Order: sequence, then structure tokens, then C-alpha cells
Amino acid sequence: MQDDLVSSTAEREVVVGNQGVAPGREWVIVTRGIRRDYDMGGEVVHALRGVDLAIRRNEYVAIMGPSGSGKSTLMNIVGCLDTPNAGEYWLNGELVSRMKDDELARVRNREIGFVFQTFNLLPRATALHNVELPLVYAGVSSAERKRRAKEALEKVQLGDRIDHRPNELSGGQRQRVAIARALINNPAILLADEPTGNLDSQTSDEIMRVFEGLASGGQTVIMVTHEPDIAAHARRVVVLRDGRISSDERREQFVSKVMSGA
Amino acid sequence: MSLLEAARLAISQIRVQKLKSFFTLLGVTIGVMFLIAVVSIVNGMGNYMQDAFAGKFLGVNTVNLRRFPDFNMGNVTEEMWKEWQRRPYITVADADAIRENLPLGAKWAIDDVDWLTPQSKYMASGPQLIAHAATAGYFDIKNLGVSEGRLFTEQEDQLGAAVVVIGSETAEHYFPSLDPIGKDLLIEGLPFRVIGVLEKQGSAFGMSLDRQAIAPFHSPMARFTGPRNLYAVLIQAPSPEAMPEIQGVVEEVMRRRHKLLPTQEDDFSLESSASALSTWQNIQKYLVLAGIFLPAIGLVVGAIVIMNIMLVAVAERTREIGIRKSLGARRRDIMSQFLVEAATLSLIGAAIGIALGYGLARAVAAVSPLPTSVAPWSVAVAIALGAGIGIVAGAYPASRASRLDPITALRSE
Repeated sequence: MQDDLVSSTAEREVVVGNQGVAPGREWVIVTRGIRRDYDMGGEVVHALRGVDLAIRRNEYVAIMGPSGSGKSTLMNIVGCLDTPNAGEYWLNGELVSRMKDDELARVRNREIGFVFQTFNLLPRATALHNVELPLVYAGVSSAERKRRAKEALEKVQLGDRIDHRPNELSGGQRQRVAIARALINNPAILLADEPTGNLDSQTSDEIMRVFEGLASGGQTVIMVTHEPDIAAHARRVVVLRDGRISSDERREQFVSKVMSGA
Repeated sequence: MSLLEAARLAISQIRVQKLKSFFTLLGVTIGVMFLIAVVSIVNGMGNYMQDAFAGKFLGVNTVNLRRFPDFNMGNVTEEMWKEWQRRPYITVADADAIRENLPLGAKWAIDDVDWLTPQSKYMASGPQLIAHAATAGYFDIKNLGVSEGRLFTEQEDQLGAAVVVIGSETAEHYFPSLDPIGKDLLIEGLPFRVIGVLEKQGSAFGMSLDRQAIAPFHSPMARFTGPRNLYAVLIQAPSPEAMPEIQGVVEEVMRRRHKLLPTQEDDFSLESSASALSTWQNIQKYLVLAGIFLPAIGLVVGAIVIMNIMLVAVAERTREIGIRKSLGARRRDIMSQFLVEAATLSLIGAAIGIALGYGLARAVAAVSPLPTSVAPWSVAVAIALGAGIGIVAGAYPASRASRLDPITALRSE
């Protein structure tokens, strides 16, 4: 069944087994047998039961799945906020699954740009300060930070809002500030967790167009969502169920499935 | 994240919560305020004692030869008193012998004293004053000058002229709204011509130094003060370094004259401002210690309040910590953020405390005779304490913040 969904021999290898995929510039994300268990008051929950995932540079991937499928856990691990109990995870050629706290912080700072459903901006800081925050932790000088943050805000059409605080911005504007912040350090991957979950449909479209633009500009984008029409923007959709990848499809097939009323 | 960055962040955080920050600072502020004030008051007392002893009673770099000490900080026992009563008098011959043996540059004077009540044509009575029969060198040693008239000379002393230099209060009392110069002051019925009025001296230990009359030692004044038993022979060294030498010369001359054996103790007393102040300086040490220890209690309370507030801050800002961690903040970045915030908070408290303590010291100086002065070292201690308290109090909350799990922190409301 899975075999039918894979378009080429090379990708079949990657998607199905990952055997022989060399982590590095070409394959920005490679995971092998990722497992994550949680101890919930004596009861062990198996959130991930062995996930093999490989994502090529410049891919635009959506990760879907019902709640409890393990997609949030996978996102946390891919985002280096969490480490797996077993398995290996290479990000941009680095084995991050065995990294210590401070190294993980560095990887989050340099290689990953987060966009959250709830924006997660610092409420009392201006848009400019929010965007320059990753550069603060990267040790960039103040003047350089301001210049780059301003540039990043201009790229998302917020050049005239740099001194506004989050509560003075609309939902769409807030999410664009978050996107500017996520991209400020030129990360290897842009990781979005339900980026339109708190937005109306019109604003959602606007944000999705931003992602579209970034993806076609060569940015690797990984988006976690449970909405099929949001996932439909991606060129590849990975579906999780019970802690395992249940399907991994190219966009054309997925779109046709959605269209045919699946 | 640089220290400056963290401090800027801390100040913006404090500005957001002004009232809460104010209450947080209170403990440190009060502690520091009292530290600064107490130390400056104790210092003021020290300066006052110094001024009173060195400047007014005993003289700068001056050894006072007396039969027994005049300024006792310790207890005088019955035996001590009896021993003092058996001592020989200090005589004019003693004074002359000392003068003959003094090294170059040292000054010398006889000061004989009694408490008397004079009269004038204008005022029949008044409070007792200190009547001195002194040699001319006395004014120089005591650094006394006149506001009106002049001092008496060596010749006037030798001739035994019945002239007198009086204190400003005495002048006002016996010559109300009159020019006292050239008028007579009657002392035990004998007229003394007033030739000078001393500059205002103020008071020391509640005793007015402006109620006195100084006449030449060879004048009739000496009849009343008892020249066979001198109150004091004053010997002034040219510099503080020369004090031990002068003291040695005086001691040697007196021991020889009193024919003391090497095993016998001195049967006379040598007082100087340094010896009188040594007892005070011991007391001062304890007062300064108390001045540090008591405010320390306030500072401990301040530290506990800061720790408490920082724990609340960490709880309130869990999500912020999560966001910062997701953007690449390391443990030590979060740690230093909260440490610097606590230190900044407590430093601001210390700064306000320094200002208030300074104000308190000034207020004490205004309403009391104590010349309080804020010691620079106490300000340095206050600043160090401020920073130290913040860091100590912030350490636990900061380490808790730094160890928060980013996922849980991001999910918190």
C-alpha cells in the first residue's frame, strides 16, 4: 500500500526505511527509530514508537495526525525542545539526539525557526525587540541586531510597525512578527506548529501565502497541523497515527485524495 | 547575553511593576539607610570627640602634665583616688625644669584654673566661669584668637599686669550691649582690665567654652587659682611625630624631680588627646560593629523578600522563559537574566537607602551638635551588600527558572 504512494526509488528508500540516506546537506532531517515514552504517574505512554523520517533540503512538509498521534512529540523532538528515548536524529548533518542542554539551545538558536499557534511573542517587548531576540542569544552586537531585525520585519511588510507591542498588532501581524523572528538567524528549518490555528480564514490565507513564498524561495518548511486544507499547501504530507508514520504522500496525490472527498 | 543587556531587561521589568518593586526594595532600603546613618552618626561622634579633646580641652599635639588625669573614660576606683591624693603637687619649679629641657620647636605654657564668679559695674552676679591664670604661650597652644581687642603679652605676664581676656558669653553677660574693652571685670573684688574678647568657641560635652576669663599667670589671678598646686603644664610638640619624644622628655624630667626609682610608677599624669581618645576609639569600634550588625537584620529580611518576589516572577514568567529557551537561550542566559534582575532590584534599593541614610545623617547633624559625615567606605559596603544580597537571594529562583523544561514552560499560561 505504502509502496504506491512513493514516487521514486530514492524517496522510497528514504520514506520507508531511511537505510542508506546520508544525513547532511541534502537530507536536512533524518530520523531513525525515534521512540519517546512518557511516564504519566506510573503509566508509561508510548508517544512515538519508532519514527523514520527523512526530509530533503527545500522541502515543504506538513505533519498531520489526530490528537494523541504523537505529532506534537515529533515536532518537539524535531525542534530540539525534547530528546528521544531511543533512536537517532540528525539535523543538518549533526547528531542532535544525544546532545546536552546547552548544545540543544545552540541548535535551536541557529538551525531552527519556530512559529507557534499562539505566536509566543514577548508581550511587553516591541516587534523589533521580539525579532532580535534570537540574535541576542547568538551574541550579535546591538547595532547589527537592530539592522537585521528591521530588515526581517520589512520583508514581512511590517516595516512601519517595528515599535508596536504585540497587543497593538492584529493576529496576522503578530504571526508575521513571529515568522520574521523565526527566520532572523537563517535557520536550516522553519518549524510551524498550527500556525493558523488562532487566525480567521482570510488571515490564514495571508499567512499561508507567506509560507508559500518562503518555500518557493528555498526555505525548508515543516508544518504541524490537523487541518487538511492547511496541509494541502504543503508539497508532502506525513500522517502520524499511534506514534508511527501511517502515510507519507506527495502533494499531487494528497490533493487529489482531498478533492475526491476523502 | 551580555550583562548590560540583562541589566537593561531588569530595569524595564522593574518599571513595569513599580509598586511591587518598591515593596520588594523596602527591606534592603531600610537596612542600607540605617547602615549609612548609624555609621555616619558614630563617625560624627568620633569627630566630635576628636574636636572636643584635641581642639578644645587638651590641645592639638599637646601633652598636659597634671597631678592626676582630668579625662577618665574608665572607672576611678577608691584606691586610685587615694593614690592620686598622695601625689606631690605640680609646681612652677617643675614647669621651669621642663621648659629648660624641651627640644627646639616645642611650646610651653602654664595653665592654672579655678571656678569663680566675677562681677562688673553693670552686673553684680552671674554663672560661674573658668578663671585661668596662664602664661602668654597658652593662647598659641590652644589656638585661641580674639574677636575684639588683643591678647596679653609675655611682658604683661612677667610684670603681672591685672588684665584679662574674656569669653564672648562672659562679655555679653557682664557688659550687656557695651564695648567691654577697657572696662573692669571684678574677680574676687580685684579689678582686671578687659583687653580682649575671645572668638566664639561653642561648647563641648554641654559645657560652654565661652564662659571664661584668662589673666596672666603672674597677675593677682594666681592668688585665687593656687599657684603652689598647678592645674596643668601644657607642652606642645611641633608635629604628631614629635609627640613621643616630648612625652619622654617630660616624663624623664618629672621622674628625676620626684626621685622615682625605675620600679616605681609615675606619680603624675600625662594627658594628650590621643590618650583620651584611645578609650573612645575602643567604644567606637563596637558601635560601628553594632551599626553594621543591626541593619544586617533588615538586609536579611530584604533578601528573603527579594527571593520570594523572584520566585513569583519566575512562576509568572514561565511562558516567557519557554519562549526564550525555544529561541536559543541557554540555562546560563536564563540564570543570569534573573540574577541580574534580582541584583538590579536590590542595588536600586541600596541606592535609595544610601540617599535616605545620607538625608538622615544630615538631619541628625542639623538637630544635634554631632558633625555627622557619611563614610565613603560605608557607601561602598552598602553597594556591595546590595549587589550581594540580590545575587544570593536571586540564586535559587534563577536556577529554578533556568532548569524549566522548555516544552512545559511554553505550554503554561
